[in-house]
Amino acid sequence: MSAINELYQQLILEHNKSPRNFRTIEHADKTVEGYNPLCGDHYTIYLNVKDNRIADASFQGAGCAISKASASMMTSAIKGATVEEVESLFQKFHAVVTGKMGPDPDVEDLGSLGALAGVAEFPARIKCASLAWHAMHSVLHEMNDSPKTIVTSDTTE
Amino acid sequence: MKKNDSAMMMDVDKRVRFDIERIREDFPILHTLVHGKPLVYLDNAATTQKPLHVIDADQRYYHSQNANIHRGVHYLSEVATFEYEKARGKVKNFVNAADNHEIIFVRGATEAINLVAHGYGRKFLAEGDEVIISAMEHHSNIVPWQMVCAEKKAVLRVIPMNDEGELLMDEYEKMLSPKTKFVSVVMVSNSLGTVNPVKDIIKSAHALGVPVLVDGAQAVSHMKIDVRDLDCDFFAFSGHKVFAPTGVGALYGKAEILDRMDPYQGGGDMIESVTFEKTTYNALPYKFEAGTGNIAGVVGLGVAIDYVRRVGFEEVEEYERELLAYGTTLLSAIDGVRLVGTAREKAGVLSFVMEHVHPHDIGTILDQEGIAIRTGHHCTQPVMKRFGIPATARASLAFYNTKEELDALGRGIAKVKEIFHA
Ligand SMILES: Cc1ncc(COP(=O)(O)O)c(C=O)c1O
Repeated sequence: MSAINELYQQLILEHNKSPRNFRTIEHADKTVEGYNPLCGDHYTIYLNVKDNRIADASFQGAGCAISKASASMMTSAIKGATVEEVESLFQKFHAVVTGKMGPDPDVEDLGSLGALAGVAEFPARIKCASLAWHAMHSVLHEMNDSPKTIVTSDTTE
Repeated sequence: MKKNDSAMMMDVDKRVRFDIERIREDFPILHTLVHGKPLVYLDNAATTQKPLHVIDADQRYYHSQNANIHRGVHYLSEVATFEYEKARGKVKNFVNAADNHEIIFVRGATEAINLVAHGYGRKFLAEGDEVIISAMEHHSNIVPWQMVCAEKKAVLRVIPMNDEGELLMDEYEKMLSPKTKFVSVVMVSNSLGTVNPVKDIIKSAHALGVPVLVDGAQAVSHMKIDVRDLDCDFFAFSGHKVFAPTGVGALYGKAEILDRMDPYQGGGDMIESVTFEKTTYNALPYKFEAGTGNIAGVVGLGVAIDYVRRVGFEEVEEYERELLAYGTTLLSAIDGVRLVGTAREKAGVLSFVMEHVHPHDIGTILDQEGIAIRTGHHCTQPVMKRFGIPATARASLAFYNTKEELDALGRGIAKVKEIFHA
């Protein structure tokens, strides 16, 4: 498969077209905005956390196919997971899309998220894939539950 | 390649008539392969590529001319000063200013506008005064005015535009009042391509005695500039958008208004005398050129100007008009593609959006085909908001582009549609 077809594979296009958990959660425990001023990608992530587990996760907003599919897959992947599981998923996902796992990373345990591994070949797009993740990650580890934070995935990724 | 200067100049003269093949030969970077495909460079509004003449001038400067200017009595300092001031004369002719001392070298359009906002705005604006800009300004012609307006409690007013991306001149006329103290407008919009009727804008402002700055960043590579015909009070542009190096640009200002302004920065070269009690400022243009500037860049700008003048703006305008019309027809014919910015008077820019595909994704797929465009808000977020879109994909032209390259763009877009099933 060519790099471009690897990047825009069916699963990603499908999540882009019909994103999962694409809704707001009224009175969510945690709400966070992810914004990339460079390309205008802008999402709001909603999380409900109960007994150290992600009881519900959703998102709203607009952006490119990569950022939207990533947000969609992320909300699906973290629902039901413990905070620790989310943390290790975040670390693994981050390592894969930033290419830290090498050219052919083992993405077995990432499930459908593995479809985003192709992003590592496109340095300019890594921040698209990680935008929702950084937003989610920052709010999950926030000590005080400030209702809204704006997170920008850094451009050096 | 090693020839003496006069032999090289003759070569240049022979080389540069409007012959697209030969022109492309002058730009070595155009022969780059990107992902195994020939580069199609359509990001000229971001920055233009440099001809060999400019690249060689940079080499030559550091090889045999480098010294600080206006300072030494030694040979090299005189050579460098001569080259630097010669370039000022070229810029003067390029924009048809009356005098060399009306040309101030700066880092680029951004610094030029900041210089005026600072040196004129901070000195002459007062509470309740109004500054008028337009709805299609680059951030660099918004933020400096916002800053000075906030400081002076002045009001920033914005000329609106229609759905084609044309300024509503009636609204502008209504906006002008005795409160208006400055007008700063873009000549060619970088995100829409609109060529604004700056001459009319200036005339109306002058009727009230209001000075006008023209942001010419996107105009200089596409059309002949005549600041005296426009009668603008200031004209700002960047060298890198007119085939010169980055980090250099020029501000034209009418001498009588520059004289009344405060310096922008303090330091060496801009002074006449310094004591710890008082400093008196140097004459124009040095009053505004504090510190050691980009001397090689200035020399390169002079060489770039020689180059475009030899290509000839008449030829450039005619060729680019045809190219733009060709690209407009080509993109309009593609199902699912919509042009953003459809003004009657346009130059150099084809901004577009596609149904169901975000511009960022368009950019990545085109890049894989070797095609360089820009995607995003192009430093004009208010324009994006006005059109209700987050971003556009933008193909922008220079005279070295060809219809074949636009055909490649068309094929690239077909590929985008194929991948996205759009
Ligand atoms: C219309 C316009 N004005 C100003 C600028 C700023 O130019 P620079 O970044 O070279 O200072 C640009 C650059 O994109 C522009 O397109």
